[in-house]
Amino acid sequence: MKYTTPAGDTVIDRQRVVGQPTTRIDGPLKVTGHAPYAYERHDVAANQAYGYIVPSAIAKGRVRSIDLAEAKAQPGVITILTTTEVDELPLGMGHTVPLFGGSEIRFYHQALALVVAETFEQARAAAKLVRVDYERTQGNHDFHALAPDAPLVEGSDGPDVSKVGDFEAAYASAPVSIDVTYETPHESHAMMEPHASIAAWEGEKLTLWTSNQMIAWSKQAVAKMLDLDPANVRLDSPFLGGGFGAKLFVRVDAVVAALAAKKAGRPVKVMLDRPLVFNNTTHRSATIQRLRFGAERDGRLTAISHECTSGNLAGQEGENGIAQTRLLYAGANRYTAQRIARLDLPEANAMRAPGETAGLMALEGAMDELAEKLGMDPVELRIVNDTQVDPETPNRPYSSRMMVECLRRGAEAFGWDKRNKTPGGMREGRWLIGHGMAVGFRNSVQMKSAARVRLSSNGKLTVETDMTDIGTGSYTILAQTAAEMLGLPLEDVTVTLGDSDMPASCGSGGQWGAQNSTSGVYAACVKLREDIAGRFAMDPNTAEFIDGEIRAGAESRKLTEATASGEIVAEDSVEYDELSKKYQQSTFAGHFVEIAVDAYTGETYVRRMLAACAAGRILNPISARSQVIGAMTMGVGGALTEELAVDTRFGFFVNHDLAGYEVPVHADIPHQEVIFLDELDAIASPMKAKGVGELGLCGVGAAVANALYNATGVRVREYPLTLDKYLDKLPAV
Amino acid sequence: MDQPDYFSVSRRGVLASGAAGLAAGSISPQVAFAASTPAAERAITMQTVSMRINGKAQTLELDTRTTLLDALREHVKLTGTKKGCDHGQCGACTVIVNGERINSCLSLAVMHEGDEVTTIEGLGTPENLHPMQAAFVKHDGYQCGYCTPGQICSAVSVLKEIADGVPSHVSAELTGPMEASNIEMRERMSGNICRCGAYSNIAEAMAEVAGERA
Ligand code: FES
Ligand code: FES
Repeated sequence: MKYTTPAGDTVIDRQRVVGQPTTRIDGPLKVTGHAPYAYERHDVAANQAYGYIVPSAIAKGRVRSIDLAEAKAQPGVITILTTTEVDELPLGMGHTVPLFGGSEIRFYHQALALVVAETFEQARAAAKLVRVDYERTQGNHDFHALAPDAPLVEGSDGPDVSKVGDFEAAYASAPVSIDVTYETPHESHAMMEPHASIAAWEGEKLTLWTSNQMIAWSKQAVAKMLDLDPANVRLDSPFLGGGFGAKLFVRVDAVVAALAAKKAGRPVKVMLDRPLVFNNTTHRSATIQRLRFGAERDGRLTAISHECTSGNLAGQEGENGIAQTRLLYAGANRYTAQRIARLDLPEANAMRAPGETAGLMALEGAMDELAEKLGMDPVELRIVNDTQVDPETPNRPYSSRMMVECLRRGAEAFGWDKRNKTPGGMREGRWLIGHGMAVGFRNSVQMKSAARVRLSSNGKLTVETDMTDIGTGSYTILAQTAAEMLGLPLEDVTVTLGDSDMPASCGSGGQWGAQNSTSGVYAACVKLREDIAGRFAMDPNTAEFIDGEIRAGAESRKLTEATASGEIVAEDSVEYDELSKKYQQSTFAGHFVEIAVDAYTGETYVRRMLAACAAGRILNPISARSQVIGAMTMGVGGALTEELAVDTRFGFFVNHDLAGYEVPVHADIPHQEVIFLDELDAIASPMKAKGVGELGLCGVGAAVANALYNATGVRVREYPLTLDKYLDKLPAV
Repeated sequence: MDQPDYFSVSRRGVLASGAAGLAAGSISPQVAFAASTPAAERAITMQTVSMRINGKAQTLELDTRTTLLDALREHVKLTGTKKGCDHGQCGACTVIVNGERINSCLSLAVMHEGDEVTTIEGLGTPENLHPMQAAFVKHDGYQCGYCTPGQICSAVSVLKEIADGVPSHVSAELTGPMEASNIEMRERMSGNICRCGAYSNIAEAMAEVAGERA
């Protein structure tokens, strides 16, 4: 299906199943421990051996030699794969540096060897006896030292800066202006399931049972890295224990498992040790962001500038903190630019809502500061700067933009008008109470996505696609879509995901999964409906599929009549072309936070959180809400506690575990409220849905920071807002 | 400086004394030293351990370094219990041993001779869910599901701890009856990380189960 014009009325609009709050169909498997994750697939290949990675103990340099004598002599050891026995692997999709091979060391905890043994304990013990002789070179590990001289990011012709109007002139003449600099730290995805893979060969054919968000991309990447025909590579990833971007691209577990399985002549399984999740895989780069606004006294922005510096290994791509600033608010004179420092740290790459997460932490903090300077309600400041078109390209309207409605609904439900407006002016016993808000913004992305549907002779339907469910609820929304299209009860639909032998979906990332993968299933179901209708000489466009029957006028036939002679299979995809060029497609939220700060100790407690979201049709309010509250939780971590601490001498993340890298825990998170606004966006997808998985994170950090300011009167511009940064500035008690 | 005695015992000596010297005869050196690499090879020690897992008697012959977590996941092939960190920082590996929750990654399997171990698989099945499992489904107390078995084993145990009057950091009193308040439950659940951020929903699932009990 080529989606070139916005859909009119569709079967989905009935919303008998789609849009209904539906508990997850894979829920019973998950709560009983029966959902199989990558490392747990004992059944898929006999005789699995255990691999344990030997990571580099230096951040930059070269392997001079690796002494395996003692390790090899250990009981149970089958084989040892070393980095020096293979050439540097070519870069797979999304990689900044090679995952394995050769003698060059580019980051700490780079995999240098894999010890394969009969048991995990044997492999681990022997791995500690692998002796690596290093030649260490000095690296650049200190982002703050390099940032001042970081060059502009290069585009295809010259620096990739964006200019509209004359920022400098407008800024200089603006009656009200601010110039502030915010910082965000390096952050880690820290999903609960470490990267893991089981690899098995049958002749030239490789199968990887793995934990990966993007099956089709990753199949190509594995083929390229290992020089295989893609037809000989199969990935299977039916359940992932989270990803948040860390599993968008193949990581080293998969390639060393594959190489070692070949060498050992038997299947090999590898799970990254938790410290390697932090240091061997990817992270979100730290940023330093300077924002300058010029505004009229009524709050209208006349000049907007946002410059963002981040870091990465190869100096190619960093954290695009300016992305939302180019789109979110009106303003005639604009300037945005990115700088990137070349850092010898592990690879920086996409983490949940790359760009907007860090970008909004700065932008929406700066907006709060501007509101204060103007003496304006922060909500109203956003509203007067609303735009219904792409401000850099005004002939490009938003497909649908409900930012103002999100703010008004959210403010009302939160009781925003009752807040104390004087910073530091609200006390409840020992607690300073504050309220803050921010806008959430994240684009909705159109991606090709294919699916196959099979209607079997017993009238049950199977959906097959390589789509993944990383906790997002894909199983359930795809089943809902197919059930709606064919008029079947949800129980009659089975969904099979994550297998690269199935039609290639959009995969999970960038909050593009839900709307595109369901649209692919929608397209396949349209074909299936045509096939069925054709068998009864009915018009597929007017026939109704309901209660396991197809009806046209007075005639009604059971679907099982159509499948009497065997199952009916249909496959199709959704593809897009011009709509995203013509229309800006984005999702919006109003985030509201109440925080309590201990007036004596500075400890913070988030007491209330509310998000009002507009993201097109909400396919399943239960799982969509979970996406949003989960993202809000991650936002609290980003605001208050999360920070990868860098050892700038030796170039690694010191707090490479879940005790040192502090993600929110139960005690940190209050009851969270989510409001979804009614919105159908037919431009965004045939399902009239947009993404929602990342929206909940975008803006939350700033809402927390703004609440902390409101509570204490202390403006902290350096995330995370740990109490060492404000304790001595708290109001006198 | 004189070293304590145990430093002077050679590995060979330990192994030699192992079978005879230690009780029950359950330790056996699996691999003999190879004559050519006497200094390099480090022998492993196997031990038999018997426990009841989800009501079923199990006897396992294990490398003594095997954690209870790996014994469950890799040997008994009960993979419902998850490995999130393997060093006691995430709670994904929570199981119930003799009625109390523990992090199974921090406990060697051979320490559990005679113990009663309940894992997520022992609480309920997809067809016959434990009330806490059903409440997690109803309230969407998960997303990716990887922390979920640990959360549920903890949640079941937390309600029992509160019922038994075991105080926590946020309890107003150290003695006397405890209430399954929101903050009590959240405090006690804080060793179980959910990076997907299902906390608000987990709290609701637990409140429902706690309410039904009361
Ligand atoms: S795996 Fe045991 S606490 Fe994390
Ligand atoms: S459900 Fe994914 S970590 Fe809790």
